[in-house]
Amino acid sequence: MEYEVVIGLETHAELATVTKLFCGCSTRFGSEPNTQVCPVCLGMPGVLPVMNKKAFEYALKSAIALNCKIGDFTNFDRKSYYYPDLPKNYQISQNYHNLGNDGYMDISVQGRVSRIRIHNVHLEEEAGKLIHPEEAGADYSLVDFNRAGIPLLEIVSYPDMRNMAEVESYMQTLRKILLYTDVSDCKMQEGSLRFEASISLRKKGADTLGNRVEIKNLNSMKSVLKAIDYEAKRQANSLDRGETIDRETRLWDEVNEKSARMRSKEEAQDYRYFPEPDLLPVVISGKWIDEVKMTMPELPLARKQRFMEVFKLSDYDTGQLVEEKILADFFEDCIRIIDRPKAFCNWITNDLLREVNERKLDIHHLPVRPKQMAALVEIIEKGTISSTIAKEVFSEMIQTGNDPQAIIEEKKLAQISDEGLIEAVIVKVISGNPAVIEDYKKGKKNALTFLVGLVMKETKGKANPKMVNELLQKKIDV
Amino acid sequence: MKIDQKDIEYIAYLSRIELSVNEKETFIHQLSDILSYIETLNRLNTETVKPLSCAINTTNVFREDMLEPSTPLKDTLLNAPATQSVFFKVPKVIE
Amino acid sequence: MRLFENTAFQIKEKILSREICPLELTEHFIERIKNIDPHVQSFLSLHEAEALKKAAQIKKKIENAEDVGFLAGIPIAIKDNICTKGLHTTCASKILKNFVPPYDAFVVKRLNEGDAIVLGKTNLDEFAMGSSTENSAYNITRNPWNLDYVPGGSSGGSAAAVAAGMSVMALGSDTGGSVRQPAALCGVVGVKPTYGRVSRFGLIAFGSSLDQIGTFTRDVKDAALLLQTIAGHDSHDSTSIPISVPDYLNEIDAGVCGLRIGIPKEYFAAGLNEDVQNALKSALSIYEQFGAKVIDISLPHTEYAVAVYYIVANAEASSNLARYDGVRYGYRTSKSNGIVDMYCRTRSEGFGNEVKRRIMLGNYALSSGYYDAYYLKASKVRNLIKKDFDLAFQNVDCIVCPTSPVPGFKIGERAKNPLEMYLSDIYTIPANLAGIPGISLPCGFSKEGLPIGMQILGKHFEEKKLLQIAYAFERETDFHGKKPVLKFSSAQRG
Repeated sequence: MEYEVVIGLETHAELATVTKLFCGCSTRFGSEPNTQVCPVCLGMPGVLPVMNKKAFEYALKSAIALNCKIGDFTNFDRKSYYYPDLPKNYQISQNYHNLGNDGYMDISVQGRVSRIRIHNVHLEEEAGKLIHPEEAGADYSLVDFNRAGIPLLEIVSYPDMRNMAEVESYMQTLRKILLYTDVSDCKMQEGSLRFEASISLRKKGADTLGNRVEIKNLNSMKSVLKAIDYEAKRQANSLDRGETIDRETRLWDEVNEKSARMRSKEEAQDYRYFPEPDLLPVVISGKWIDEVKMTMPELPLARKQRFMEVFKLSDYDTGQLVEEKILADFFEDCIRIIDRPKAFCNWITNDLLREVNERKLDIHHLPVRPKQMAALVEIIEKGTISSTIAKEVFSEMIQTGNDPQAIIEEKKLAQISDEGLIEAVIVKVISGNPAVIEDYKKGKKNALTFLVGLVMKETKGKANPKMVNELLQKKIDV
Repeated sequence: MKIDQKDIEYIAYLSRIELSVNEKETFIHQLSDILSYIETLNRLNTETVKPLSCAINTTNVFREDMLEPSTPLKDTLLNAPATQSVFFKVPKVIE
Repeated sequence: MRLFENTAFQIKEKILSREICPLELTEHFIERIKNIDPHVQSFLSLHEAEALKKAAQIKKKIENAEDVGFLAGIPIAIKDNICTKGLHTTCASKILKNFVPPYDAFVVKRLNEGDAIVLGKTNLDEFAMGSSTENSAYNITRNPWNLDYVPGGSSGGSAAAVAAGMSVMALGSDTGGSVRQPAALCGVVGVKPTYGRVSRFGLIAFGSSLDQIGTFTRDVKDAALLLQTIAGHDSHDSTSIPISVPDYLNEIDAGVCGLRIGIPKEYFAAGLNEDVQNALKSALSIYEQFGAKVIDISLPHTEYAVAVYYIVANAEASSNLARYDGVRYGYRTSKSNGIVDMYCRTRSEGFGNEVKRRIMLGNYALSSGYYDAYYLKASKVRNLIKKDFDLAFQNVDCIVCPTSPVPGFKIGERAKNPLEMYLSDIYTIPANLAGIPGISLPCGFSKEGLPIGMQILGKHFEEKKLLQIAYAFERETDFHGKKPVLKFSSAQRG
């Protein structure tokens, strides 16, 4: 039987604040366990939470970027469940009055744009981390609360996705939006961006949704896709056998690429949400929303479309440019110096990205500044260096951070356009290769290219190739 | 509202409290009495009444995103019933 | 007058005039505690060394004519649910038996800055859940006026300590009457400030939307002095309100001429003890004598207050007390099989029955399928109760009523029936639900010789007016000046 796969995603993103959501402890990643905690994030008796304004603003910005309806006010609720990494055994979250509701995000799959609705966006606190010792027979676990209390944004989509390409695009687009709005660093390897999927199947053409299964423990975008694929097949097989699908939560096993039941619907958690009495409601005025909108950067999809229209760049090239906000910003900074979109686009998407990948550079701390990039393009246009030499210069710029002009001077890489100098080399090459000259005269046109190569080699690539060609031809034809 | 055996066991589990057979009996009886009393609230029609969860009218209380010193590790672990090196130690947790 | 019977004002004056030495005064109180407390059982811990050290510092300051704090040298006791840095804070619970907070509550910081001498931590019903101080995991505190009677609760230890002259002042907490009711039963002055007037930071939470730290003193002026010290905004408590604190002592003798006093008929209905009713009637006639106008009012939803309270307070408590799980601090069971078993055993062994009952009640009211019927319903009726007060205060300046329907009850008398115990808080609970301030002050004695308390309720943040009204009564009467005669089998000194 043919089925339609119906997919929704829940996303958790740690917000890029300096301090935690309800206390002044640092959010820095990778510190010694239990050194970034205080009585508040440790849930000690008698202490109280006070909301980090920046975290709230980031959450509001995200909700607006995801086109959510923002209510007149929002409130926080306690979500109760026992787990040793949850200091208070309740999580301060939102349930009854979420920050944002009923939004949407446009995604693009092979140039076709579709709209995925967002159910809600809300702010909550992160839990700590459990460490399970690897020693055999260990009957204990260890807890590190450094992460507990970091502000966490939860974004819940409607089950509007129907295939892997949409899921992938949703994840990528959402990641880009969070990066573009500067609200999260989205480092999946550090757990600051996480996804949970819910999947159900229905007969092609059916209107009602099947029972949905939630999948947790997805550590990368790749595992999201693998887990969904696995789950869709598992459900299809069950349905084909005439079985029904139970509403349940499953855990993805990364190593064995399988999922297993974590809890059934009957065992569903009773979270006992109620309004958090230690925090007061936040009233969000129209003025506040307008202010946030004023500071909202152009979002990736809009930017891509503008790049295509204004700079006449291809779908592929613009896609690469807007992939990372920092690259698109770099590109626009270059354009502001000299208007050469195609040249900059090529340099950025080819050479710059290659260097970044090969040298494992931090894209946020590029050694090359837009001014230097623009200078290099100008130098090439002037004919001071050839494009081959330019690549060498660029590589040097990446390694040293020096200006292109300085590198060219220091390494004496400037193009030789002095007719006398070039002629001298040509004479030398001609006299040294009589056989090749013979070949050329017999009509073997390749021979000229060979001789040009020899001249270039002799000048370490610095001779103006156009001049070499012309002068060489002239000399041989004489 | 009468609470039964199943209810008391469920609430005790939610509360992470273990009850003996006798305790269950007592609590079933006491909680049923209290809940019956609480049901006097149902005499009131509250359809159009807004719930009140805080008696004071204040909103938008924030702190700035400024670092404050965290607690030294030894003080953090001082009150812990069980620790191992820099960690809190708990019975094995199985997901 | 014996030193331990002095008010804070009298002591302050004597210390500043160097008539008495703070160190000797502290020694005097510590000795008195050692003599008397074995019979009353007010204190859970005594901070003898710390108190003497602080007293010595103040002594030196005074000798050197340095500036001293507002409460310089005045002995004070603190309810053991208020955190004291480096000193045990148990909530009278086994689960926090060895807990030593690495922080001071906001109010404790204020007391220290004010140069008060903290004598020790006082007994309470476990986690402040109770009205008799019988639910402590450690001691049963007795009423100094009659040791067979309860001192009220949950701040019974603090109330009894002040009444018995073991401390000049004390702090308590009031979630449903836990300051006002024991103040009434022990014959001292108790103030529950407006919700948000005093920071809750460091007060171990019971019902977070109701909890407020309050004061116990011998008279109204002392109450003004202590409230002045602890009131004010704290950036570490989101529900602490950033409005300025008036000078409570200035114009405290403004009188009641022209004041409109509301008498809610629901508070003088069936179930009110005759002695209490008579004491209140006399008190009202005094107010009328001094020019106040007594107006009959109605607070129609009063009868629902206890039901609302036991849902709201316990729903909040069920989640506030979830953190006592044996992971980061406090008691942990000695043997367990896995994490869930560890939680269940720790909590079953660590909590007393009243606390368990309330946690379970709260969890039930919030659980799936019951939230609307219990928690939401109660929150709506809470709004009706608050609106009763809003409406009443359009016509009156304050409300006067009994603090407790009875002058007191014997130890053990109500312990078996939780619901009956809950109903004894009927007059104090509504103020917590509405967040308004209240004061209880002595206004008479029952036939058995037990003190009777009068409660004055006011609008949000009108503590100053309440203190003026209370002082107007106190100035004309001598109920606050009466001291219990402690009757012990062993010889009494002091």
